[in-house]
Amino acid sequence: MHELSLVTSVVESVTQALEDYPGSRVLEVRLKVGALAAVVEDALEFCYGIATEGTPLEGSRLTVDLLPVVIHCEKCAADIELPGVQSFRCPRCGTPSNDLRQGRELEIDSFEIDDVEVKR
Amino acid sequence: MTTRIVELRRGILKKNDELAAGLRNRYSGAGVMVLNLVSSPGTGKTSFLERTLRELAARGSRVAALVGDLETDNDARRLAASGAPVRQINTHGICHLDAEMIGKNLDEWNGVALDRLDYLFIENVGNLVCPSSYDLGEKTRVALLSVTEGEDKPLKYPAMFNSADVAVITKIDLAEACDFDRATTIRNINEIRPGIRIFETSAKTGAGMKEWVEYLRERRA
Repeated sequence: MHELSLVTSVVESVTQALEDYPGSRVLEVRLKVGALAAVVEDALEFCYGIATEGTPLEGSRLTVDLLPVVIHCEKCAADIELPGVQSFRCPRCGTPSNDLRQGRELEIDSFEIDDVEVKR
Repeated sequence: MTTRIVELRRGILKKNDELAAGLRNRYSGAGVMVLNLVSSPGTGKTSFLERTLRELAARGSRVAALVGDLETDNDARRLAASGAPVRQINTHGICHLDAEMIGKNLDEWNGVALDRLDYLFIENVGNLVCPSSYDLGEKTRVALLSVTEGEDKPLKYPAMFNSADVAVITKIDLAEACDFDRATTIRNINEIRPGIRIFETSAKTGAGMKEWVEYLRERRA
Protein backbone atom coordinates (compact mmCIF):
# COMPACT_ATOMS: atom_id res chain seq x y z
CA MET A 1 0.00 0.00 0.00
CA HIS A 2 2.87 2.40 0.68
CA GLU A 3 5.23 1.19 -2.02
CA LEU A 4 5.26 4.62 -3.67
CA SER A 5 6.53 6.30 -0.51
CA LEU A 6 9.17 3.57 -0.16
CA VAL A 7 10.51 3.99 -3.70
CA THR A 8 10.40 7.77 -3.28
CA SER A 9 12.70 7.32 -0.31
CA VAL A 10 14.93 5.06 -2.45
CA VAL A 11 15.15 7.77 -5.13
CA GLU A 12 16.08 10.39 -2.52
CA SER A 13 18.81 8.23 -1.00
CA VAL A 14 20.36 7.28 -4.33
CA THR A 15 20.17 10.87 -5.63
CA GLN A 16 22.01 11.98 -2.52
CA ALA A 17 24.67 9.29 -2.88
CA LEU A 18 25.06 10.23 -6.52
CA GLU A 19 26.53 13.59 -5.53
CA ASP A 20 29.85 11.78 -5.15
CA TYR A 21 29.69 10.68 -8.81
CA PRO A 22 28.86 13.83 -10.77
CA GLY A 23 27.72 13.31 -14.34
CA SER A 24 27.06 9.61 -13.90
CA ARG A 25 23.88 7.97 -15.03
CA VAL A 26 22.17 5.35 -12.88
CA LEU A 27 21.61 2.06 -14.68
CA GLU A 28 20.26 -0.13 -11.92
CA VAL A 29 19.20 0.04 -8.28
CA ARG A 30 19.29 -3.16 -6.26
CA LEU A 31 17.02 -3.67 -3.22
CA LYS A 32 16.99 -6.38 -0.61
CA VAL A 33 13.50 -7.19 0.56
CA GLY A 34 12.76 -9.77 3.24
CA ALA A 35 9.79 -12.12 3.03
CA LEU A 36 8.28 -10.33 6.06
CA ALA A 37 8.79 -6.79 4.78
CA ALA A 38 5.10 -6.46 3.85
CA VAL A 39 5.77 -5.06 0.38
CA VAL A 40 4.92 -6.38 -3.07
CA GLU A 41 7.67 -6.64 -5.66
CA ASP A 42 5.40 -5.81 -8.62
CA ALA A 43 4.04 -2.75 -6.85
CA LEU A 44 7.58 -1.56 -6.10
CA GLU A 45 8.56 -1.90 -9.76
CA PHE A 46 5.40 -0.19 -10.94
CA CYS A 47 5.91 2.74 -8.57
CA TYR A 48 9.60 2.95 -9.40
CA GLY A 49 8.84 4.10 -12.94
CA ILE A 50 6.69 6.91 -11.60
CA ALA A 51 8.99 7.93 -8.75
CA THR A 52 12.09 8.16 -10.95
CA GLU A 53 10.52 10.38 -13.63
CA GLY A 54 12.47 13.61 -13.99
CA THR A 55 15.19 12.44 -11.57
CA PRO A 56 18.76 11.26 -12.27
CA LEU A 57 17.38 7.72 -11.86
CA GLU A 58 14.96 7.99 -14.76
CA GLY A 59 15.18 5.00 -17.08
CA SER A 60 17.11 2.87 -14.60
CA ARG A 61 16.19 -0.68 -13.68
CA LEU A 62 14.95 -1.77 -10.27
CA THR A 63 16.07 -5.20 -9.15
CA VAL A 64 14.58 -6.74 -6.04
CA ASP A 65 16.39 -9.57 -4.26
CA LEU A 66 13.81 -11.38 -2.16
CA LEU A 67 15.27 -12.82 1.02
CA PRO A 68 13.63 -15.80 2.72
CA VAL A 69 13.11 -15.91 6.45
CA VAL A 70 16.02 -17.38 8.42
CA ILE A 71 15.48 -18.46 12.01
CA HIS A 72 17.95 -19.64 14.57
CA CYS A 73 17.07 -23.09 15.83
CA GLU A 74 18.37 -23.66 19.33
CA LYS A 75 18.04 -27.40 19.12
CA CYS A 76 19.99 -27.66 15.86
CA ALA A 77 22.29 -24.82 16.98
CA ALA A 78 22.08 -23.41 13.46
CA ASP A 79 20.56 -20.64 11.36
CA ILE A 80 18.00 -22.26 9.12
CA GLU A 81 16.08 -20.96 6.12
CA LEU A 82 12.31 -21.40 6.17
CA PRO A 83 10.53 -22.58 3.02
CA GLY A 84 7.74 -20.03 3.55
CA VAL A 85 6.12 -17.73 6.09
CA GLN A 86 3.32 -20.00 7.28
CA SER A 87 5.16 -21.69 10.12
CA PHE A 88 8.00 -20.45 12.30
CA ARG A 89 9.38 -23.86 13.16
CA CYS A 90 12.65 -25.42 12.24
CA PRO A 91 11.99 -27.47 9.10
CA ARG A 92 14.56 -30.04 10.25
CA CYS A 93 13.42 -30.78 13.80
CA GLY A 94 10.07 -28.99 14.23
CA THR A 95 11.17 -26.76 17.13
CA PRO A 96 9.37 -23.38 17.12
CA SER A 97 11.59 -20.31 17.03
CA ASN A 98 11.09 -16.58 17.52
CA ASP A 99 14.74 -15.86 16.88
CA LEU A 100 14.59 -14.22 13.46
CA ARG A 101 17.94 -13.78 11.72
CA GLN A 102 16.67 -12.65 8.32
CA GLY A 103 13.38 -11.71 6.69
CA ARG A 104 12.51 -8.16 7.70
CA GLU A 105 15.05 -6.42 5.41
CA LEU A 106 13.93 -3.44 3.41
CA GLU A 107 17.11 -1.89 2.15
CA ILE A 108 18.96 -0.41 -0.77
CA ASP A 109 21.83 -2.78 -1.35
CA SER A 110 23.66 -0.99 -4.17
CA PHE A 111 23.29 0.90 -7.41
CA GLU A 112 25.12 0.67 -10.71
CA ILE A 113 26.33 3.70 -12.67
CA ASP A 114 28.15 4.21 -15.92
CA ASP A 115 31.73 5.08 -15.17
CA VAL A 116 32.31 8.65 -16.35
CA GLU A 117 36.08 8.75 -15.72
CA VAL A 118 36.79 5.81 -18.02
CA LYS A 119 34.38 7.10 -20.63
CA ARG A 120 36.41 10.28 -21.05
CA MET B 1 30.88 1.50 -21.56
CA THR B 2 32.24 0.43 -18.22
CA THR B 3 30.05 0.49 -15.20
CA ARG B 4 30.58 0.68 -11.50
CA ILE B 5 28.58 -0.76 -8.59
CA VAL B 6 28.20 1.54 -5.60
CA GLU B 7 27.39 -0.26 -2.34
CA LEU B 8 24.89 1.69 -0.29
CA ARG B 9 23.39 -0.80 2.22
CA ARG B 10 20.94 1.71 3.58
CA GLY B 11 17.60 0.86 5.17
CA ILE B 12 14.73 2.32 3.21
CA LEU B 13 12.93 3.09 6.47
CA LYS B 14 16.09 4.37 8.14
CA LYS B 15 14.58 7.77 8.89
CA ASN B 16 11.55 6.19 10.59
CA ASP B 17 13.78 3.79 12.51
CA GLU B 18 15.92 6.67 13.78
CA LEU B 19 12.90 8.72 14.83
CA ALA B 20 11.43 5.63 16.53
CA ALA B 21 14.67 5.10 18.46
CA GLY B 22 14.40 8.71 19.64
CA LEU B 23 10.80 8.16 20.73
CA ARG B 24 11.77 4.97 22.57
CA ASN B 25 14.33 6.95 24.59
CA ARG B 26 11.78 9.65 25.23
CA TYR B 27 9.19 7.14 26.51
CA SER B 28 11.61 5.36 28.78
CA GLY B 29 12.98 8.66 30.12
CA ALA B 30 9.41 9.70 30.98
CA GLY B 31 8.64 6.30 32.52
CA VAL B 32 5.59 5.71 30.32
CA MET B 33 4.75 2.33 28.82
CA VAL B 34 3.72 2.72 25.18
CA LEU B 35 1.64 0.15 23.29
CA ASN B 36 0.85 0.02 19.58
CA LEU B 37 -2.51 -1.61 18.78
CA VAL B 38 -2.80 -3.10 15.30
CA SER B 39 -5.61 -5.00 13.59
CA SER B 40 -7.92 -5.09 10.57
CA PRO B 41 -10.67 -2.49 10.38
CA GLY B 42 -13.64 -3.67 12.45
CA THR B 43 -11.83 -5.91 14.93
CA GLY B 44 -12.96 -3.75 17.82
CA LYS B 45 -9.73 -1.92 18.70
CA THR B 46 -11.60 1.16 19.85
CA SER B 47 -14.08 -0.68 22.09
CA PHE B 48 -11.27 -2.79 23.54
CA LEU B 49 -9.15 0.30 24.14
CA GLU B 50 -12.00 2.26 25.72
CA ARG B 51 -12.58 -0.54 28.19
CA THR B 52 -8.84 -0.84 28.85
CA LEU B 53 -8.55 2.90 29.56
CA ARG B 54 -11.49 2.74 31.98
CA GLU B 55 -10.20 -0.30 33.83
CA LEU B 56 -6.67 1.05 34.19
CA ALA B 57 -7.95 4.46 35.35
CA ALA B 58 -10.19 2.72 37.91
CA ARG B 59 -7.03 1.10 39.33
CA GLY B 60 -5.36 4.50 39.66
CA SER B 61 -3.21 4.42 36.49
CA ARG B 62 -2.70 7.53 34.40
CA VAL B 63 -3.58 6.74 30.80
CA ALA B 64 -3.87 8.48 27.43
CA ALA B 65 -4.40 7.47 23.82
CA LEU B 66 -3.40 8.55 20.33
CA VAL B 67 -5.71 7.20 17.66
CA GLY B 68 -4.99 6.98 13.95
CA ASP B 69 -7.58 6.93 11.18
CA LEU B 70 -7.62 8.07 7.60
CA GLU B 71 -10.50 10.47 8.31
CA THR B 72 -12.94 11.54 11.08
CA ASP B 73 -12.44 12.04 14.81
CA ASN B 74 -15.18 9.55 15.69
CA ASP B 75 -12.81 7.19 17.49
CA ALA B 76 -11.25 9.97 19.55
CA ARG B 77 -14.69 11.06 20.66
CA ARG B 78 -15.64 7.50 21.60
CA LEU B 79 -12.41 7.03 23.56
CA ALA B 80 -12.71 10.42 25.27
CA ALA B 81 -15.88 9.10 26.94
CA SER B 82 -13.50 7.08 29.14
CA GLY B 83 -12.26 10.36 30.65
CA ALA B 84 -8.69 9.85 29.44
CA PRO B 85 -6.88 12.43 27.28
CA VAL B 86 -7.24 11.33 23.66
CA ARG B 87 -5.85 12.82 20.47
CA GLN B 88 -6.93 11.93 16.95
CA ILE B 89 -4.39 11.65 14.14
CA ASN B 90 -5.91 11.82 10.65
CA THR B 91 -3.53 10.41 8.07
CA HIS B 92 -5.66 11.51 5.08
CA GLY B 93 -5.11 8.42 3.02
CA ILE B 94 -1.85 7.12 4.47
CA CYS B 95 -2.29 3.49 5.46
CA HIS B 96 -0.25 3.50 8.69
CA LEU B 97 1.08 5.72 11.47
CA ASP B 98 4.79 6.52 11.42
CA ALA B 99 7.24 7.76 14.03
CA GLU B 100 7.24 11.30 12.64
CA MET B 101 3.45 11.61 13.06
CA ILE B 102 3.69 10.33 16.64
CA GLY B 103 6.50 12.74 17.57
CA LYS B 104 4.70 15.71 16.05
CA ASN B 105 1.43 14.90 17.80
CA LEU B 106 3.14 14.41 21.15
CA ASP B 107 4.80 17.82 20.75
CA GLU B 108 1.53 19.53 19.90
CA TRP B 109 -0.57 17.81 22.55
CA ASN B 110 -1.27 20.61 24.99
CA GLY B 111 -1.78 19.59 28.58
CA VAL B 112 -0.44 16.08 28.14
CA ALA B 113 3.06 15.38 29.38
CA LEU B 114 4.55 11.92 28.95
CA ASP B 115 6.18 11.98 32.38
CA ARG B 116 2.75 12.30 33.95
CA LEU B 117 1.46 9.15 32.27
CA ASP B 118 1.76 5.48 33.15
CA TYR B 119 0.44 4.17 29.83
CA LEU B 120 0.11 5.63 26.36
CA PHE B 121 -1.87 3.59 23.85
CA ILE B 122 -1.47 4.17 20.14
CA GLU B 123 -4.40 2.83 18.14
CA ASN B 124 -2.99 2.36 14.65
CA VAL B 125 -4.88 2.69 11.38
CA GLY B 126 -6.97 -0.45 10.79
CA ASN B 127 -4.67 -2.38 8.43
CA LEU B 128 -2.80 -5.64 8.96
CA VAL B 129 -0.14 -5.00 6.32
CA CYS B 130 1.68 -1.67 6.33
CA PRO B 131 1.80 -0.81 10.07
CA SER B 132 4.03 -3.87 10.61
CA SER B 133 6.98 -2.08 8.98
CA TYR B 134 6.73 1.14 10.98
CA ASP B 135 8.29 1.16 14.41
CA LEU B 136 6.64 3.76 16.64
CA GLY B 137 9.11 3.25 19.46
CA GLU B 138 6.56 1.18 21.37
CA LYS B 139 7.48 -1.29 24.08
CA THR B 140 4.65 -3.64 23.21
CA ARG B 141 2.95 -4.32 19.91
CA VAL B 142 -0.52 -5.76 20.36
CA ALA B 143 -2.11 -7.57 17.40
CA LEU B 144 -5.86 -8.00 17.72
CA LEU B 145 -8.25 -10.25 15.85
CA SER B 146 -11.92 -10.86 16.46
CA VAL B 147 -13.80 -14.14 16.51
CA THR B 148 -15.70 -12.98 13.41
CA GLU B 149 -12.60 -12.76 11.23
CA GLY B 150 -11.63 -16.34 10.54
CA GLU B 151 -9.11 -18.65 12.13
CA ASP B 152 -6.53 -18.26 9.35
CA LYS B 153 -5.96 -14.52 9.74
CA PRO B 154 -2.52 -14.99 11.37
CA LEU B 155 -1.49 -17.18 8.41
CA LYS B 156 -2.74 -14.59 5.92
CA TYR B 157 -0.89 -11.73 7.61
CA PRO B 158 2.25 -13.35 9.00
CA ALA B 159 4.38 -10.19 8.89
CA MET B 160 2.09 -8.47 11.35
CA PHE B 161 1.47 -11.38 13.70
CA ASN B 162 5.14 -12.32 13.72
CA SER B 163 6.06 -8.78 14.78
CA ALA B 164 3.57 -8.71 17.67
CA ASP B 165 4.48 -9.09 21.35
CA VAL B 166 0.96 -9.94 22.46
CA ALA B 167 -2.18 -11.17 20.70
CA VAL B 168 -5.72 -10.30 21.76
CA ILE B 169 -8.79 -12.15 20.52
CA THR B 170 -11.76 -9.78 20.73
CA LYS B 171 -15.55 -10.20 20.74
CA ILE B 172 -15.46 -13.61 22.43
CA ASP B 173 -19.06 -13.00 23.48
CA LEU B 174 -19.87 -13.75 19.81
CA ALA B 175 -17.77 -16.92 19.63
CA GLU B 176 -20.63 -19.34 19.68
CA ALA B 177 -22.79 -17.38 17.22
CA CYS B 178 -20.04 -17.49 14.58
CA ASP B 179 -18.78 -21.03 15.23
CA PHE B 180 -15.42 -19.71 16.32
CA ASP B 181 -12.76 -22.42 16.21
CA ARG B 182 -10.70 -21.44 19.23
CA ALA B 183 -8.15 -24.26 19.08
CA THR B 184 -7.30 -23.62 15.42
CA THR B 185 -6.99 -19.87 15.95
CA ILE B 186 -4.61 -20.30 18.85
CA ARG B 187 -2.61 -22.90 16.95
CA ASN B 188 -2.32 -20.57 13.94
CA ILE B 189 -1.17 -17.65 16.07
CA ASN B 190 1.48 -19.90 17.61
CA GLU B 191 2.61 -21.17 14.22
CA ILE B 192 3.45 -17.57 13.24
CA ARG B 193 4.62 -16.31 16.64
CA PRO B 194 5.56 -19.26 18.82
CA GLY B 195 4.77 -18.88 22.51
CA ILE B 196 3.15 -15.44 22.25
CA ARG B 197 0.87 -14.46 25.14
CA ILE B 198 -2.76 -14.58 24.01
CA PHE B 199 -5.73 -12.90 25.70
CA GLU B 200 -9.36 -13.70 24.94
CA THR B 201 -11.57 -10.72 25.66
CA SER B 202 -14.93 -9.10 25.27
CA ALA B 203 -15.17 -5.33 25.64
CA LYS B 204 -18.92 -5.80 25.90
CA THR B 205 -19.11 -8.28 28.78
CA GLY B 206 -15.69 -7.52 30.27
CA ALA B 207 -14.57 -11.14 29.91
CA GLY B 208 -10.78 -11.48 29.97
CA MET B 209 -10.22 -7.80 30.70
CA LYS B 210 -9.02 -8.41 34.25
CA GLU B 211 -6.23 -10.73 33.06
CA TRP B 212 -5.27 -8.23 30.34
CA VAL B 213 -5.10 -5.28 32.73
CA GLU B 214 -3.11 -7.31 35.26
CA TYR B 215 -0.69 -8.25 32.52
CA LEU B 216 -0.25 -4.56 31.65
CA ARG B 217 0.47 -3.70 35.25
CA GLU B 218 3.01 -6.52 35.56
CA ARG B 219 4.72 -5.64 32.30
CA ARG B 220 5.05 -2.00 33.26
CA ALA B 221 6.49 -2.80 36.70
